[in-house]
Amino acid sequence: MKYTLSVLVENHPGVLSRVAGLFSRRGFNIDSLAVGVTEDPTISRMTIVVNGDDYIVEQVTKQLNKLIDVIKIKKLNPKEAVERELALIKVNANSQTRSDIIQITEIFRANIVDVSKETLTIEISGDEDKIEALIELLKQYGIREVVRTGLIAIERGNKVISKSKSEEDE
Amino acid sequence: MAKMTVARAMVEVLKSEGVEIIFGIPGAAIYPFYDALYDSDIKHVLVRTEQAAVHEASGYARTTGKVGVCVATSGPGATNLITGIATAYMDSVPIVAITGQVNSSLIGKDVFQEVDITGATAPFTKHNYLVKDPKKIVRILKEAFYIASTGRRGPVLIDVPIDVQLQEIEFEIPKEIDIPGYKPKEKGHPLQIKRAVEAIENSQRPVVCSGGGVIASGASQELQILIEKQKIPVISTLMGIGSIPTDHPYYLGMIGSHGQKEANLALRQADLLIVIGARLADRALGDTKITDNMKIIHIDIDPAEIGKNVDTNVPIVGDAKQVLSEINKRISERKDFWAHDIKAHKKVLIDDDKLHPYDVLREISRAYNGDYIITTDVGQHQIWAAHNLYIKEPGTFITSGGLGTMGYGVPAAIGAKFGRPDKEVISITGDGSFQMLLQELATIKREQVPIKIVLFNNTRLGMVYELQKKRCTGRFIATCLDGNPDFMILAKAYGIESMRLESKEKLKEAIEIMKSHKGPFLLEVVTSPDEPTIS
Repeated sequence: MKYTLSVLVENHPGVLSRVAGLFSRRGFNIDSLAVGVTEDPTISRMTIVVNGDDYIVEQVTKQLNKLIDVIKIKKLNPKEAVERELALIKVNANSQTRSDIIQITEIFRANIVDVSKETLTIEISGDEDKIEALIELLKQYGIREVVRTGLIAIERGNKVISKSKSEEDE
Repeated sequence: MAKMTVARAMVEVLKSEGVEIIFGIPGAAIYPFYDALYDSDIKHVLVRTEQAAVHEASGYARTTGKVGVCVATSGPGATNLITGIATAYMDSVPIVAITGQVNSSLIGKDVFQEVDITGATAPFTKHNYLVKDPKKIVRILKEAFYIASTGRRGPVLIDVPIDVQLQEIEFEIPKEIDIPGYKPKEKGHPLQIKRAVEAIENSQRPVVCSGGGVIASGASQELQILIEKQKIPVISTLMGIGSIPTDHPYYLGMIGSHGQKEANLALRQADLLIVIGARLADRALGDTKITDNMKIIHIDIDPAEIGKNVDTNVPIVGDAKQVLSEINKRISERKDFWAHDIKAHKKVLIDDDKLHPYDVLREISRAYNGDYIITTDVGQHQIWAAHNLYIKEPGTFITSGGLGTMGYGVPAAIGAKFGRPDKEVISITGDGSFQMLLQELATIKREQVPIKIVLFNNTRLGMVYELQKKRCTGRFIATCLDGNPDFMILAKAYGIESMRLESKEKLKEAIEIMKSHKGPFLLEVVTSPDEPTIS
């Protein structure tokens, strides 16, 4: 089972390595980790996708909470959150296959962001399943390279996870 | 606001935090700090290897309840601290470790005596800092003391590049510390406390498992009130020894793979286990399986400990002293002590002409009547001490319980004696452990620290030797310590009085000689290699 954790951390050097190091030394499986600064420049948000059972996710949450730089952690319910990932896919394209690839790209509401004689580079954002589906379809043409950001997520509606609102604490 | 160098500011913060003593070794990357220390009243104890500095700070911290401070230079000085820092982390000992670092502009270039000590210690420090901005040093040091000494206590490391130490800053101590991600929770949740009271009152065979957290929070009195009101037998982890007096009628001993039979038996028969300030790691539980029939109440200041090793029915996050006093306000009195039979099951020691370790430890207990601070190393002697010494007060049995660090005992005793000069401090060690940090005899000599060292010498790495005997059908490899020095000549070389004890008839006399000696003293006890850990 996959769990998405939204983690607010202090925007200090070394915090990412502390978080990532905690996962490896405790033997937790991390599926993806995306990090960026928030509306408050002193705070960054990490979106961490963890693979495991309830025990694992509870341990991850508790151990992360022990890090002094971690301000808040919330386990996101996928039904109540918007989840997105960005991917760039470089695929083989020749005169025979090019139009098919463009059609597929349009169906997925993706964008072609770079063109060369032998390749097309497609940008797609969406949840993990959508990106996987596009990659699956493009495999037949020969994928040269895939770059993915990992998942980012935000709660739906007017809920926010902020430094000041303790009731949002998980 | 006064202007001063960062190095001087560091010393000023230490003074403001009430630091009286620092353990360490100087080096080129920490010389400005040492230069500033020259003008202060803070005592500096020069150790002979950095690992000993942390252990001495640890012994000091565990006897005084204050934060222990140690200092080392960059590179190898810093890495030599690592074992001591990990030891303090596992046993939740408040330490602030200060390390020098190479010039900021050279960090990451693998220059002479450079090491990424913050990266290296991140897994086993409560927090650590690399100070790049001189203006932040005062706040960082204040934070370090606050983090080390609050919540679940532990070591904090501060790495300060030499050029940062030399810079001038405006010195002002912040009044308050506000760390957004660090808010230790001391009060237990009232509903959970109510549930705990109900569970205790409804249980037939409750048992308390007392850990180091009871001692750290000063909750011994509250624990005694609870167990006496509810007539609950107490078992302890190695770290929890002394949380109640070991002669208390309800104390059954230490649990686990190296524990006492009575304690393990009580754990197996219990229908309710009240874990207080303990993590119940593998060695503590031993072969005991926690069954669904046993309810568990777990009280700990660190929420990450609850549910980590055993499933918990009633989790209570909070300081043991506060939580127990809340429980005590609500709890009723029970009539019967259910574990009478277990208590009566006490083992009978062998009575023969041979000198057994337990004879020595029991004689020490008798001679001193528990008026001492004991430190131990790690090995057979540690378990002998845990089983046989009379420990009267909390915080007077100091041992490396979590990491099991050989070499801990003697430096911890030095630190303990500096912390409590009024107390007799006895270090119980073995020939394997003692030789891991025996250079601290020089610190004892230099500072004339009047500690007593009881050295069990069986010319073996006894614990592993015993394991090889049982599990490897006597295929002994690398456990015989042939080449040991003559420990009495060694002690003499450091100007330390000593005596060798080889027979039972000299036992009382030897302990009396050790006790009446005013300065440091080494008592070597010659022990059979076949003496078992658990008798």
